[in-house]
Amino acid sequence: MQEIILIKNGELALKGLNRSTFESVLVKNIKRRMQDLGSFVISRSQSTITIEPTDEGFDTDEAVERLSKVFGIAAFQRAAAVEKDMDAILAVAPAYLEAQLADISTFKVEAKRSDKKFPLTSPEISREVGGALLGRFPHLTVDVHHPDRVVTVEIREKKAYIRCDQIKGAGGMPVGTGGKAALLISGGIDSPVAGWMLAKRGIVLDAIHFASPPFTSPQAEMKVHDLLSQVAKYSGDIGLYTVPFTEIQEQIRDNCPEELFTLVMRRFMMRISERIARREDCAALITGESVGQVASQTMLALGCTDAVVNMPVFRPLIGMDKDEIIIRSRQIDTFDISIRPYEDCCTVFTPKHPRTRPKLEFLEQAEQALDVENLIQRAVDGARFEIIRCTF
Amino acid sequence: MECYLDNSATTKPCKAAVAAAVETATDVFGNPSSLHRHGFRALQLLESARAAVAKPLSAESGEIYFTPSGTAANNTAIFGAVQKNRRRGNKIVTTAYEHPSVEKCMARLESEGFTVERLVPDSHGNITAAQFADAIDENTILVSLMAVNNEVGSILPFESVAALIRRKKSPALLHVDAVQGFLKLPIVPKKCGIDLLSVSAHKVHGLKGVGALYMKKGVQIPPYILGGGQENGLCSGTQGMPAIAAFKAAVDACGDVRKNLTHVSSLNARLREKLTAIAGVTVHSPENALPYILNISLEGIPSQVSVNYLSEAGVYASAGSACSKGHRSPVLTAMGLSPAQMDSAIRLSLSRETTEEEIDYCVCALENAAAQLRKKG
Repeated sequence: MQEIILIKNGELALKGLNRSTFESVLVKNIKRRMQDLGSFVISRSQSTITIEPTDEGFDTDEAVERLSKVFGIAAFQRAAAVEKDMDAILAVAPAYLEAQLADISTFKVEAKRSDKKFPLTSPEISREVGGALLGRFPHLTVDVHHPDRVVTVEIREKKAYIRCDQIKGAGGMPVGTGGKAALLISGGIDSPVAGWMLAKRGIVLDAIHFASPPFTSPQAEMKVHDLLSQVAKYSGDIGLYTVPFTEIQEQIRDNCPEELFTLVMRRFMMRISERIARREDCAALITGESVGQVASQTMLALGCTDAVVNMPVFRPLIGMDKDEIIIRSRQIDTFDISIRPYEDCCTVFTPKHPRTRPKLEFLEQAEQALDVENLIQRAVDGARFEIIRCTF
Repeated sequence: MECYLDNSATTKPCKAAVAAAVETATDVFGNPSSLHRHGFRALQLLESARAAVAKPLSAESGEIYFTPSGTAANNTAIFGAVQKNRRRGNKIVTTAYEHPSVEKCMARLESEGFTVERLVPDSHGNITAAQFADAIDENTILVSLMAVNNEVGSILPFESVAALIRRKKSPALLHVDAVQGFLKLPIVPKKCGIDLLSVSAHKVHGLKGVGALYMKKGVQIPPYILGGGQENGLCSGTQGMPAIAAFKAAVDACGDVRKNLTHVSSLNARLREKLTAIAGVTVHSPENALPYILNISLEGIPSQVSVNYLSEAGVYASAGSACSKGHRSPVLTAMGLSPAQMDSAIRLSLSRETTEEEIDYCVCALENAAAQLRKKG
């Protein structure tokens, strides 16, 4: 018996003339994730992508694990591929389905016959297979209206497929169909989730991290690496720019009013990020901000940070509560990394009483004490680039 | 120049220890419990290492039990002692600034219904024998204290506690966590009536992965780790021979404990004197502390920042044993330091290999840190 994987690409099916391009991006993404698992053939028909291993050692369990992290897949199923022969189907079905039928009590069999030359009709196939399963698993009964599980037998052109559980995919759009954006990542809980959410909408990620040694430690940079590696399992490779930020933070500390430290810093981060983003053909910035979470994320404060950028700033978490963000970060396995206790650039020189309702003109006035343009340029020029690979 | 001043976290293994480990891993690979020639060679090496570790404690080699770490030695001693004495009383006396490998055991015993009294140090970090005398009673089944505090270096009155236990007619066993004191202070457990004493190899220029528990002859506690019955049944698991051989080599190479102490005392005095000249530096270690450890604060600079800065300059210090924000050092808390002082505390820990040049270099780096990391103007 050979086991194959059938993939349903949900939302893509609704697209118009771009659909074929989007599907080929998805197929390419799938191929790339699975290339080291053994040889396989991948084919497309209607809204289904089929993966057929052509090598005995193909690790289907691992393939399923990886597919669950590929955006653009609504659902997928594992199926047994057998000869188009009733005896063969009846021989394979009970053994193949045993694990999935063990913990339920009712089922039904649905047959589909795209090959109308097959000697049995669909209802006949259902009856035969249902009978075989009942004989083998006495704890089961048939319930055609509300079965615990549905067993599907599909007779196609070359082979017959037996399958049962449908596994939910990661959803969204294939990464690469939505262009590229730059994620500002500090090392906290929010930014990895924000990046993940936009990767889910098909956007390729670059990441920008601000490092302020000795106020931040090498461990904090390692944490950002580990977070991005985790996000990359979904988004594919991520280009990371690490920006030297010590000088700017010291200048702000020494020359600006304390209650504005954080906002002046945020404005520098946005300016530097925009410059890198434009250079690298990113069409937007992404941040993990959510209204009211901290002083620099009040609506007025966000307005002051936005005032220095001329490109879209995506904040996918803007209306989420912290506990909702945490649930998501646990789902994508970034939470435990995020809570490692290292200072990041956002917690250096935090004012005791930050301004929560800042006025733009005060910020602009405060920044007059600084050589803004040169500070930005030095930081942009000093940024270090590396690629965080999607590895499993 | 590099200056490693984090010797209380771990030491650089001495050459002899590394050589012994390599040689053992290569040639003496047998299991000491095996009956053939390779096993016997390993057994001979194991027993010679036991004798080597016993020697500086003036103990018999049969009183030394190898464990996988100082932590394992502490766990074995505490849970074993309590298990043995549990019908004779319900109280345990310890201190408020023990290492987590003792404190976490205490917290668990407390949750199981034992009463744990934790003695609190004064603002200099010292705990007196009188405090122990007040706490120990007839119901006390275990007294566990460190010989030397790991963060500030206070030396505890471990030499006089045994007499107090006897005077109070208490059935208590006396356990001393000597991980920071072994080979730095002369410690003779028999002379001070210590029943159980924990040490660790990697704090004395040996390798990670081995510690030892001294258990006085005649004292029998049940094991905490069960298995094949190695170490006379007290700590099962095949002995890690390369690390044990290195432990022996490190102990042999240590030299005279008192002479080393004199050397480190003079370095410590030099360090204290020069540091007091730097504005904003406060020394937390008491005057009478073990000179191997000096805990200080650089006012206004978070510990992690000083550590990062010093690291870049080639000076390796520790941000106390608690590195995390929000988790302040239990030692400094117990000493009643202000939050600002605790958040800027760093620990410099010396070794017998530390030189005057290194001390001067470290002071210079600290001066630069103080000058550069604070707000200007």
